Amino acid sequence: MVENNKYINKYNFAFIDEATKKEIRRKLLKAVAIPGYQVPYSSPEMPIARGWGTGGLHVTLAIIGKKDIFKIIDQGSDASVNACNLRNFVQSMTGVKTTFDTSEATIIQTRHRITEEELNENQIFVYQVPQPEPLRSVERYENKTRQMHGEADYAKMWVALYEQFVSHGDIMLGAGYPVKVNNRYIMAPSPIPRWDIPNLNLSKAMHLFGAGREKRLYAIPPFTKVEPLEFEDIKFHIEDFKGSACSKTGYKKAFLDEMYYDDGSTNFVINDSNFLDKLSEKEQPTQHENKYINQIAE
Amino acid sequence: MGYVAVKGGSDAIENSLELVEFYRIRDSITPIEIEQIKFQLRLAVDKVMGEGGLFTPEYAAIALKQAEGEVFEAAFILRAFRTTLQRRYYSETINTREMFVKRKISASFREIPGGQILGPTRDYSQRIMDTKKASESTADIQNFLQQFESKVDNNTLKSIKTYAKVIDLLREQGLLKPIDKKENKQLLDITREAIKFPAARSARLQMLARAETGGLMAMGYASMRGFGSVHPTVGELRYGSVPVTVKDPSGKLRYIGKIEVTEAEMINGTSSSKKSEAALYTIGYGLCFGQNDTKAICMGILDTTMRNPDSNQPANDQEFVLYHTEGIESMGFTNHLKLPHYVTFQSSLKNVREEVERKKEVVPA
Repeated sequence: MVENNKYINKYNFAFIDEATKKEIRRKLLKAVAIPGYQVPYSSPEMPIARGWGTGGLHVTLAIIGKKDIFKIIDQGSDASVNACNLRNFVQSMTGVKTTFDTSEATIIQTRHRITEEELNENQIFVYQVPQPEPLRSVERYENKTRQMHGEADYAKMWVALYEQFVSHGDIMLGAGYPVKVNNRYIMAPSPIPRWDIPNLNLSKAMHLFGAGREKRLYAIPPFTKVEPLEFEDIKFHIEDFKGSACSKTGYKKAFLDEMYYDDGSTNFVINDSNFLDKLSEKEQPTQHENKYINQIAE
Repeated sequence: MGYVAVKGGSDAIENSLELVEFYRIRDSITPIEIEQIKFQLRLAVDKVMGEGGLFTPEYAAIALKQAEGEVFEAAFILRAFRTTLQRRYYSETINTREMFVKRKISASFREIPGGQILGPTRDYSQRIMDTKKASESTADIQNFLQQFESKVDNNTLKSIKTYAKVIDLLREQGLLKPIDKKENKQLLDITREAIKFPAARSARLQMLARAETGGLMAMGYASMRGFGSVHPTVGELRYGSVPVTVKDPSGKLRYIGKIEVTEAEMINGTSSSKKSEAALYTIGYGLCFGQNDTKAICMGILDTTMRNPDSNQPANDQEFVLYHTEGIESMGFTNHLKLPHYVTFQSSLKNVREEVERKKEVVPA
């Protein structure tokens, strides 16, 4: 039997070896240089399952430094079990400070939400992306979708949106509504709700997207134009909570979770856990401004 | 603020992990030794190494123990471990003609150079439950080994040599189709660069070598049943150990050890497109770690299907075959459905509710 000391494990800062981190950073630079373009990358295996945030982790671990302050949310919540697991992993592999406070964080990793609180120039927002290809629903072959992007041939996508309107009376896309970035590439914003889409437009923060299983990185640099796909007469709209307010704070201008209780009753609560905490503590966090949220009556 | 909820999530994980440990050992407190797993669960170890993409029986055995025997999970642990290892060398191409052969069969010829050697295989066993295994004792094992070893003649053992290959016979007779000049012969490394389509054959074979056995079998079987174009003959299937060498900085070849592999060379008939050309045979190639006939054979089938793209045949479709036989990725993504999706669901709920309202307006109930 081999000696036991053979099995001692030592890991590099942020788990991934330096050469691979460098490769990921190089690909991220390319992604930033061509907003919305999907850059293939090595996507090394993580000790986290594929489809559970490996792409986001690659980005975070490649860019994180010792002075960063890290926040991670899943479905808007710092408390979600997978977010806890990933937070523990990043913390144990880097020793960086972690936080729940959106405004304090320098790197925020997310699954399925953008924070309600506005992001600033010093923040990087990292998305875990399950399916980086916005055209996958209309074209199953990677070979062909890359060509379609190259030629900016998005006719199939427009036709699909039109067909949805014809058969259902509305564009039926929910989370992950496709956007056009910098007037060029159609991009999958990851499954964030439509509510969050307008907040990508001209955002002060850097947005980096990592799709681990599909091995693609892409980016929206600060102050980049991001538009949801819409027609002149059929417009994009965000989720409508029909005037419902958060049962804890009475606030209406935030994405709400629909809660069901044992006695059969239901109500709504603000989805973003840190935003809810701050409102409950009577703080006044600055929120993203956009025309859709502005229309909601107080 | 917020802290209680987050603490809840972390506590839940901690408790769950403690329970995992408890379930692993609660009803049987004699620890299984790594040595026992490595040797007595040999084929499981082989599978884990093959899908984990790392030849290391010891670590594969540890992973199997840690994962309570779940082969997918163990292969995943090994893959993640592999990421942390620095790559110092690329080995030279292994030469399976130098294999120390433990098993070697051909279905295409009655007699082959060196003869048909069944080696260790359950192929011709009756799968009858051997209840004696339940009460197997150390004495039984020792008796068996003693008897077995008494039958071995050390003189003939030493005379074992390497064997020529069946496909060499076909090549000498000019029956093998030469490699297409248009074929992409670039040597890629799929662990350092994301695969692109259409993929070079080197990338395809690497993907297949790390693919999940069951997934490969499903596709290989589908090809033979009519959802692919290939139904081959086993030209040669061999299992044994091969030496691995690397080049040191001075350019000298250095022997660094040996690995066990199963290699399959599957013969396929072809149809020629030109009247002047004869329809020659092609070889589908399969190679994987350890002893795993099913994997090597199916890899050999799919190597051929993917060289003959055909959009009507799922098993001939590179993207379909390669993406969906990758076990670690498929397992991760199918299991991610267990993660909360209430934000995305809320988003679709709004759409569906609104459509229900719209339809009511059109057709009054």
